[in-house]
Amino acid sequence: MTTNTISVPNPRRALLAGWGRYPLSESDVYRPDRIAELQAVVTANSTSLIARGAGRAYGDAALNDQNRVVDLTRLNRMLSFDPATGLLRCEAAVTIAELIDVFLPRGFFPPVTPGTRFVTLGGSVAADVHGKNHHRDSSLASHVTWFDLMIASGEVIRCSREENSALFWATVGGMGLTGVILELELRMRHVESAYLDGELIRAGNVDAAIEAFERIDAQYGYSVAWIDCNSTKSALGRSILNVGNFATLDQLPPNLAQNPLSTMPKLSPRVPFNFPAVNSLTVRAFNAVNYAIHREKAAHTIFDWDSFFYPLDSIRNWPRIYGKRGFVQYQCVWPPAESRAGLVEVLEAITRSRRGSFLAVLKKFGAQDGLLSFPMPGYTLAIDFPVTDGMLEFLDTLDVMVLKRGGRVYLAKDARMSPETFRAMYPNLGNWQAAKSSADPENRFSSSLSRRLRMTE
Amino acid sequence: MNRVLILGATSPIARALALRFASDGAQLYLAARNADEARRVAEDVSARAGVTALSGTFDASDFASHDEFVRHAAAALGGLDGVVVCFGTLGDEDSAQTDPGEALATIHQNFTGAVSLITLAARHLEQQRSGFIIVIGSVAGERGRKKNYVYGSAKGALATFAQGLRGRLAASGVHVMTVKLGTVDTRMTWGREGALLTIAPAKAADLIYAAYRKRAEVVYVPWFWRLIMGAIRMIPESRFKRVSF
Ligand SMILES: Cc1cc2nc3c(=O)[nH]c(=O)nc-3n(C[C@H](O)[C@H](O)[C@H](O)COP(=O)(O)OP(=O)(O)OC[C@H]3O[C@@H](n4cnc5c(N)ncnc54)[C@H](O)[C@@H]3O)c2cc1C
Ligand SMILES: NC(=O)c1ccc[n+]([C@@H]2O[C@H](COP(=O)([O-])OP(=O)(O)OC[C@H]3O[C@@H](n4cnc5c(N)ncnc54)[C@H](OP(=O)(O)O)[C@@H]3O)[C@@H](O)[C@H]2O)c1
Repeated sequence: MTTNTISVPNPRRALLAGWGRYPLSESDVYRPDRIAELQAVVTANSTSLIARGAGRAYGDAALNDQNRVVDLTRLNRMLSFDPATGLLRCEAAVTIAELIDVFLPRGFFPPVTPGTRFVTLGGSVAADVHGKNHHRDSSLASHVTWFDLMIASGEVIRCSREENSALFWATVGGMGLTGVILELELRMRHVESAYLDGELIRAGNVDAAIEAFERIDAQYGYSVAWIDCNSTKSALGRSILNVGNFATLDQLPPNLAQNPLSTMPKLSPRVPFNFPAVNSLTVRAFNAVNYAIHREKAAHTIFDWDSFFYPLDSIRNWPRIYGKRGFVQYQCVWPPAESRAGLVEVLEAITRSRRGSFLAVLKKFGAQDGLLSFPMPGYTLAIDFPVTDGMLEFLDTLDVMVLKRGGRVYLAKDARMSPETFRAMYPNLGNWQAAKSSADPENRFSSSLSRRLRMTE
Repeated sequence: MNRVLILGATSPIARALALRFASDGAQLYLAARNADEARRVAEDVSARAGVTALSGTFDASDFASHDEFVRHAAAALGGLDGVVVCFGTLGDEDSAQTDPGEALATIHQNFTGAVSLITLAARHLEQQRSGFIIVIGSVAGERGRKKNYVYGSAKGALATFAQGLRGRLAASGVHVMTVKLGTVDTRMTWGREGALLTIAPAKAADLIYAAYRKRAEVVYVPWFWRLIMGAIRMIPESRFKRVSF
């Protein structure tokens, strides 16, 4: 008779990157299929280890250069679902895409989703991700009732707002540095259809965009604006808002109401992304076209879930169009009183710099509780920057502007911030460090990001 | 109702195959060595397909327990219509070359254990004069290679066993399908070189399930392995023994 002894699985030596393909790093990557294998990897030795989900963080959060990475994608089992409460218990590597595939036909949708559905729930809790409904429904983690965390000793600890709450709040937004989230319970959202009832609204400049966000606030749960970041002067920040709510049955035209939860049809008008090669000329041409298409304010429109939530997912491998050197996404947030001025200042700087990035996204945030969570009440802007000479220095100047107004930069997108900037932007770092060191006294969980930002010092 | 016992259910190939069966309404009993892991796979299939899959444990090398185990699984399912044999291990190929204990362990986990379990299940299916047996083998069984001939010989023997069984059970209407699997992206191949031509477990499961639906008898997964192995079998022994892969 054989004994089922679990030994440390073989690693694969691999060159990894985040979604921005910058930076690249080489690691020993483990991919356990069983919980005991994960435990063996965690406790095998004390060299640095970091969890990796779907690798959709843009920068170096799920990288661990010359150290160990544990790829969790095979620990993605759904464990139970109660349609009466919408409560789903599952392993951490289940993705938002899988949740939609399995549960949208049954009338449930993830309560919060980032702009891509190819992320894992573990990665989403670790980065405390937000969606287009943050101002109303908060982050994904706000809908997680508890999770099980495997800490450095190999022990599995149940964390919730009541139980081990310090570790809970250090793990939500804690970028994988407190341990590996194994399993969690998430409250799915009941929906009547797979469609959204909404509008595309044109805003001529920053003020009009903010005014539109405030105006639709009570009416729509989901809102986002695509900013043309090459318009200047009085048109600075001109944008198209895409807003909506899940459509109820009576809002659907008869042809859709027949099969309201079908996940297949793609019928919506979409923000037209053609993704030409990104240099400032083509970007400006693109933005002019984009804005022209949406010149007239559209009336109510029915969108399908895919084109409403995931316009970018229809373009596979789009990061490659930015070229070999990769890109960085810069996402920052300002408190309410500073949002307008901050937005004008940063957009002006970007326009002047001609570092041309057409993917500028504006959203409104509410409050957030994780010790290192990115969201705070106010407005958030996200823009892509292809890696070019002088780009990193340019982003440092943006950091100064954002910091001066009490804002901060998102760790899940970052690949270049300085430790000093980080410290100034995340005032709860001390409390986070206390929780981190009590769960992981030897600092076994660390990453390229945590070393770059000296997060435990 | 299709009542199916899947052996080696924690294999990602088996897990994906279980989901295909469940989505078509099959009732499943999913078995592996570790109870908690088998249960997680059963819960996953249940949640995704909206069914209730059962789970339990078995050990391929613990022959004495097989009779009781197969009876138990069949009783839990309320009968048995099919068996999928997906367990197997590469073992420690290096020590299997010099340590008979290791070599025999590999043979038991891939061949003799399967012979014992399949024989018990076949008795059941033969009596009821219907059902199927899917045997997941490997292209490694097509020719003995110096690197993994212990594993390869077990898979080769398994294919021969399945071939004969197919002939015997044809009269009672029991379908026996042999799957000759190429490289699949699982822990068996993770971290090894030569991952060329590797397919995802879900893809392997789709191909296996489609072949089962067509009542194929011997299927290469994917199909091109038939050509590759055909070419490899043609290499004269005097040359092949010097080949290093
Ligand atoms: C096109 C696109 C759009 C996006 N839109 C948004 C958006 O709208 N809002 C938003 O908030 N974010 C957005 N993001 C960022 C993305 O949601 C986050 O980076 C998220 O963390 C990615 O999840 P992942 O599974 O890919 O994690 P990875 O990128 O693999 O890892 C991210 C972090 O989570 C940690 N981690 C992963 N799994 C676990 C685990 N099981 N236990 C502990 N730690 C773990 C890693 O260590 C790492 O620190 C977007 C990304 C892309 C590519
Ligand atoms: N991956 C490939 O490239 C490849 C190629 C050709 C053929 N195959 C075959 O495909 C099948 C599945 O393999 P895989 O690649 O998916 O690897 P895997 O994930 O390691 O799956 C192996 C399965 O066998 C079970 N198992 C191992 N020893 C056992 C024992 N003594 N008793 C009972 N169950 C046992 C395991 O269960 P536990 O959870 O109990 O360990 C697991 O379910 C195997 O037969 C393998 O030979 C694989």
